[in-house]
Amino acid sequence: MAAVSASPSSSSAAASMGLDSGDKVPHVLAVDDSFVDRKIIERLLTHSAWKVTTAENAHGALELLGLADGQQNFSNTVSNVNMIITDYCMLGMTGYELLKKIKESPKVKQIPVIVVSSENIPTRIEKCLEEGAEEFLLKPLRLSDVKKLRCHLTSNAGNSSDEGLICVGR
Amino acid sequence: MDAVTQWQKQWFDYTQSLRREGFLDDQFAQLKKLQDESSPDFVVEVVSLFFQDSEKLLSNMGRALEQNVVNFKQVDAYVHQFKGSSAWIGALRLKNVCINFRNSCEAQNLEGCLRCLQQVQQESSALKSKLEYLFMLEQQIVAAGGSIPIME
Repeated sequence: MAAVSASPSSSSAAASMGLDSGDKVPHVLAVDDSFVDRKIIERLLTHSAWKVTTAENAHGALELLGLADGQQNFSNTVSNVNMIITDYCMLGMTGYELLKKIKESPKVKQIPVIVVSSENIPTRIEKCLEEGAEEFLLKPLRLSDVKKLRCHLTSNAGNSSDEGLICVGR
Repeated sequence: MDAVTQWQKQWFDYTQSLRREGFLDDQFAQLKKLQDESSPDFVVEVVSLFFQDSEKLLSNMGRALEQNVVNFKQVDAYVHQFKGSSAWIGALRLKNVCINFRNSCEAQNLEGCLRCLQQVQQESSALKSKLEYLFMLEQQIVAAGGSIPIME
């Protein structure tokens, strides 16, 4: 059974109702099967004033995006996701496979996907980037890594305070 | 020297020794940066979660190594996860033992694995005590009306 937990950082229960058009808080879907990693990644993001929804595995993430095979129940889906951060090594479906599914779906393929891993394996990095990941970051992540991610956000997140920010390379 | 300053000095000396002895690296300081008024117990919570998780992982590793036919890939998967979590909290010595452990798994060296498991258990236990002491010092600082210094 896919396990899912929605833990929005903002006080509003509107995580699944989408953001107002004027709301510029980026909403990230963070996917990792380790409890410790998930807790820290979530905190890294909320500390940077991002809104976070977490998923314990790829299937949970797909459900939240409304992409799970044969999905009937869409009441738990989240909308206005501005970025997806996923661990590479996960049991069941890997982060790479999740990345592929996202990039194959017309509904969500424009959402930037960041793959994270504790292992620095060039072939792994290459194949993720080739499959459309915006970036591949090594764990453990730092606050400075999160700051750098801002440039990858899709436009509806609004980056008015970061005008002129350049994304340096992939 | 007032109580706050005394406790703060003890805290400072203790964190220095933890760094010097390799128990913690600067990733731990990164974690502390995430703690603030909105999340005042963040580090204690994460550390607590880490040790709960590690108990399970260590027990899984032990069981896997007791099997008649050891599945080294499975053991390696547990060690990989443990290494990852250790890195997140800046547990340098633990992380390094895990690297050796993974090498033993790759070489399918049962004796090596058993030795590494013992080391991991010892280091884990030592780190837990050290962090409990550190958190106690922090509680003393706060109880004396002071604030915990920034960890560099």
